Amino acid sequence: MTQIFPRWFDPLARFAIVGGALLVPAAAIAIGIFYRSSYVTAAHAPTEQTVPFSHAHHVGQLGIDCRYCHTTVESAAFAGIPPTETCMHCHEQIWVGAETLAPVRESWKSGTPLRWQRVHSLPGFVYFNHSIHVAKGVGCAECHGRVDRMPLTWQEKPLTMAWCLECHRDPAEHLRPRGEVFNLAWARTDADSPGKELAERYRVKDSRALTSCSTCHR
Amino acid sequence: MTELSDNALTLDADAVYPNPRDAGESLDRRHFLAVAGASAALASAAGCSPRPASHGEIVPYVRDAEGLSPGAALTFATAMELNGAAIGLLATSREGRPTKLEGNPDHVGSLGSSDLFSQAAILGLYDPDRSKQILHRGAPASWTDARAALRAIVELERKRQGAGIRILSGRSTSPTLATLRRDLLDRFPQARWICCEPCGRDAAWEGSRQAFGEPVHAVHDFSKADVVLSLDCDFLACQPGSVRAQRDFADRRRVRTQGGVTPERMNRLYVVESMLSVAGANADHRLAVKPSTVEAFGRALAAELGIAGAAERGTLTEEALAWLAPLAADLKKQKGHSLVLVGDSHPPSLHALGHAMNHALGNVGATIRFTEWFESAVDGNAALRDLANELASSAVSLVLILDSNPIYTAPADIAFAEALSKVPHSVHLGLYRDETAAACQWHIPEKHFLESWGDVRGHDGTVVLQQPLIEPLYGGRSTIELLTALFEVEERSDREAVRQYWRGQHGDNESFDDWWRDSVQRGTIPDTALPEKKVHWAGWKEGAATPAEPQFEIQFLADPTLFDGRFANNAWLQELPKPVTKLTWDNAAIVSPATAAQLGLSQRPDHHGGHHGGIETDVVELRSNGRTVRAPVLILPGHADGAVTVHLGHGRTRAGSVGTGVGFDAYRLRTAAPGFTGVEIAKTGEWMTLACTQSHHSMEGRDPVQQTTAAEFARDPHFIKPELDKAAEKAAVTALPPVGSTTPPPAAQRERRLFPLSMYPEWSYTGRQWGMAIDLSTCTGCSACVVACQAENNIPVVGKDQVIRSREMHWIRIDRYAKDGRQLFQPVPCQQCENAPCEYVCPVGATVHSHDGLNDMTYNRCVGTRYCSNNCPYKVRRFNFLAFADFSTEALKPQRNPEVTVRSRGVMEKCTYCVQRIRGAEIASEVSGSAIADGAIQTACQQACPSQAIRFGDVNERGSVVQKWKSEPHNYSLLGELNTRPRTTYLAAIRNPNPAMPGGQHQTSHLSDLSPLGRGWFASAASKPGEGL
Repeated sequence: MTQIFPRWFDPLARFAIVGGALLVPAAAIAIGIFYRSSYVTAAHAPTEQTVPFSHAHHVGQLGIDCRYCHTTVESAAFAGIPPTETCMHCHEQIWVGAETLAPVRESWKSGTPLRWQRVHSLPGFVYFNHSIHVAKGVGCAECHGRVDRMPLTWQEKPLTMAWCLECHRDPAEHLRPRGEVFNLAWARTDADSPGKELAERYRVKDSRALTSCSTCHR
Repeated sequence: MTELSDNALTLDADAVYPNPRDAGESLDRRHFLAVAGASAALASAAGCSPRPASHGEIVPYVRDAEGLSPGAALTFATAMELNGAAIGLLATSREGRPTKLEGNPDHVGSLGSSDLFSQAAILGLYDPDRSKQILHRGAPASWTDARAALRAIVELERKRQGAGIRILSGRSTSPTLATLRRDLLDRFPQARWICCEPCGRDAAWEGSRQAFGEPVHAVHDFSKADVVLSLDCDFLACQPGSVRAQRDFADRRRVRTQGGVTPERMNRLYVVESMLSVAGANADHRLAVKPSTVEAFGRALAAELGIAGAAERGTLTEEALAWLAPLAADLKKQKGHSLVLVGDSHPPSLHALGHAMNHALGNVGATIRFTEWFESAVDGNAALRDLANELASSAVSLVLILDSNPIYTAPADIAFAEALSKVPHSVHLGLYRDETAAACQWHIPEKHFLESWGDVRGHDGTVVLQQPLIEPLYGGRSTIELLTALFEVEERSDREAVRQYWRGQHGDNESFDDWWRDSVQRGTIPDTALPEKKVHWAGWKEGAATPAEPQFEIQFLADPTLFDGRFANNAWLQELPKPVTKLTWDNAAIVSPATAAQLGLSQRPDHHGGHHGGIETDVVELRSNGRTVRAPVLILPGHADGAVTVHLGHGRTRAGSVGTGVGFDAYRLRTAAPGFTGVEIAKTGEWMTLACTQSHHSMEGRDPVQQTTAAEFARDPHFIKPELDKAAEKAAVTALPPVGSTTPPPAAQRERRLFPLSMYPEWSYTGRQWGMAIDLSTCTGCSACVVACQAENNIPVVGKDQVIRSREMHWIRIDRYAKDGRQLFQPVPCQQCENAPCEYVCPVGATVHSHDGLNDMTYNRCVGTRYCSNNCPYKVRRFNFLAFADFSTEALKPQRNPEVTVRSRGVMEKCTYCVQRIRGAEIASEVSGSAIADGAIQTACQQACPSQAIRFGDVNERGSVVQKWKSEPHNYSLLGELNTRPRTTYLAAIRNPNPAMPGGQHQTSHLSDLSPLGRGWFASAASKPGEGL
């Protein structure tokens, strides 16, 4: 019977055994890292908008509260994107001729809505609700990052399910006093109640309830 | 839908397996592999980009819409009218698009419940087949042109006082429309307006006129009726006020040991009918007789009750004769607390006799209240025949056909189409370009009731307001608007017309706006129920009885889901298994087993080509008065012998893409004489497959329904769970036959286990734990819940071919069981088992338990192995074998509930107790800090249920209604012996037979030998071909 494999094949086979054991997990890890990278999740990539609205200016410099524009963040699933009317509250009086605001004035005059590019997008089968997170003491910055420092808005966090579950499995560390929810610059100090105490006070559900599938998927 | 899905499949296959012929003529193996490899790589590279697709846009309002917050639902009151009575509704609206209709708790005709027609109406609104364009002789025309042209004709007619104007409409209870009609006829005294319904209540109208000298409307109070006798009146479905009737009737059947109805107080229902109806299926005693015999029975009973008149006992069977004395005795015993009802398909003489019996039994003023007849006008087929003659005689220059389809529905002996073609100017106003639209010169699209203002009356006369939920999707005009545009100086909107009428009624101009706003918000106008009318009892004047037909009789009934055909293009209603026959996507000539045997007709399960859920059945030719129609046969045990029942509303030729050509058109046999007539039935030798769900999702005869009688229950409320001790149970379990044994264990050994058999320690269910109880005593099988669930949960339709493959997607099904003429209905949604067999076989964890006891189904995780469905003993899981959900028709998308994922192909789905409602309520309660009250969360099925047979709530909450129901002794788990510990439990069906009646003694308490009708049907049909059963 003739040999199927020539002699020079031996070192190759040996390498395959050792190398395979290393390469396969390495590839798995690489794929894992790749799919969580901001290349895939689009985190940190500023989104081009028709009107280059700057949160850094409006929130960071002028100190406008989140809820001035995102009016339903405390009462509904959707935080709300302001109608043109909200922009015009101020821009009827200031920066009235600014080039960048031309689409806003046009929208106000013609009655055609502005079209904003969505920055944070969850799949259709995820039923995220802003109001409950705000009510339980999850600060805006927790998911949206320091919006007050973003000249053009970008997505700060990966918005993967693993990232959601990080908090849903152990929410305590991500909670803050309700009064500080809209304070983007808030950082826990020693004087603040620890997260566990807040979780108890706000009756945050246990991780079993928070990780039930139907909590987010329906 | 099916075709679309198949196309989708083909397309996908093309992408994955490239067609070798594309690669050139001289294709060798090597070349083919290279091309295939490259294209597969390309395809995967294109299809699997890891980068997120464009995030899309957010388009905010320019100005904030008042009271509207994006994503949050608002509720508005409105109403739907059908067959002479309206039901008040609450419409859920999201960003201005209505998505769901519920009953209005403030309306007496609804009390928060609804029926299958109102549940399905939301789909009708978005129907892409609705008419979108004004047409003149088939060509598009503008409203300005149409109005100018028609007004010119009206102006010409003005000189002749409208002698050439005829209007044909359906009946309406709208006071505004009645006023418009009166004004119009004042100004055009020679014009005529005929209000005619194909499945209307002419006989009841005429019957009351015969009895009292003037037409009166009867309002029945079932809450006070101890004994109800229905002479072929399906008062639990299709009748005006049936939603309220179901509630009041059920309130007298909710038998409980603590609170509620005691077994002694339970009401009793006798039904004498031909076709098995919803009422008949819920009867304590039911007698099946030929349609013409119903009147003979009524006369004999009247004689027994002491009403003067000749009793014709000659035509009655032994069984019917045996009914008379005990029935009369029971009715007499409950004088003033009984009710006699007569069906609309029976002649006026029987209705008059019904009034006589109610009068003799002292029910008038007690269980029956009479009011004015509040439909604006009631014209029968005689008026329609006159109209046809006038149209044909060229005396008419303009005919308006408003929201009515006479070309399709007119009696076969009136040549309406021919007459209509002779009229110089004909106008059709309708939702669809239907048969009549095609026959008229002008067609004007109509506004849907959810796009219009209106006022309509409920079954007791209470006015309910219709308000538009959305701008007309396809333009269009309402009846009111068309009439004002053609006949008044100024065209008025329906809003103005309705407001103006009520401003006049209200009287006070100052407070009108506030009063109007309140009324619109509430939906009903208070104190508009019609006052009781004192009737003068003229005495029973005997007329000629309907002669019995020689051989076979045919009865024409409105379809249980399509009604008179107006809902034919509603796919939900087409696919809804009809409450009693469980037939979908067809109608049939329904006959009894004996009649089928006599005629040599048979049906058998259809077992070829993947079809395992259809019935292959004989096609017959029905001949009546020289007309013939071919129809498939459906053999229905419980149907009267010597008679055949056909449902109208099918066989449309221009219904739309869904309804055209479905079933056969029974109107082609029906003459101006209503109800029933003689028929010849001839076997054709052809076969046809019907999509009947009776045999689908069978639980294989494992005692799914428990039932008893009121008397038995009073004696032994614990009849389901005999007190076993642990040792006895262990012995019983050990004595079970080995696995694989074909002999079922004796009934005693199949009792529910008292101790769960588990290796694991008991799981403690703390906090809120959801559960459901379903009362089988009050479930009437009406199927409103099935449509409600479909609307709430974005459940797709699959089409006839897929139903034949048992692939219908309804999350809640209503199983029907029959034995010895007794019927039982059992709604089966997911049982939310605590030990769920589906969960531990899912390889990807797509179905797992939630913290609050729900059996969650995570669609985005499902890979479609279907192990869960195979392991589910209740067969409540539904699989998307194809892309059943319509992702391409834009018009249908706004209807979908945004709170529920639209499932795609390859995904399993099922009921999760409307988890979106639960989570929504939980979030609202936690944000606001208020507790969730018991009953505040209603599942869609529960909310729709007219008899309130379904109760959902927290089983851990002390004093919650669901906990009370579950603590009743007759509460049991379905297939509880499997130790699945379902969260949905059932209260055994309790019936109240009269021991004095024939068969009353023999109604056994345990129906352990009940088997699904389908099995019995098919087994015997297959073994004895040619005999039918």
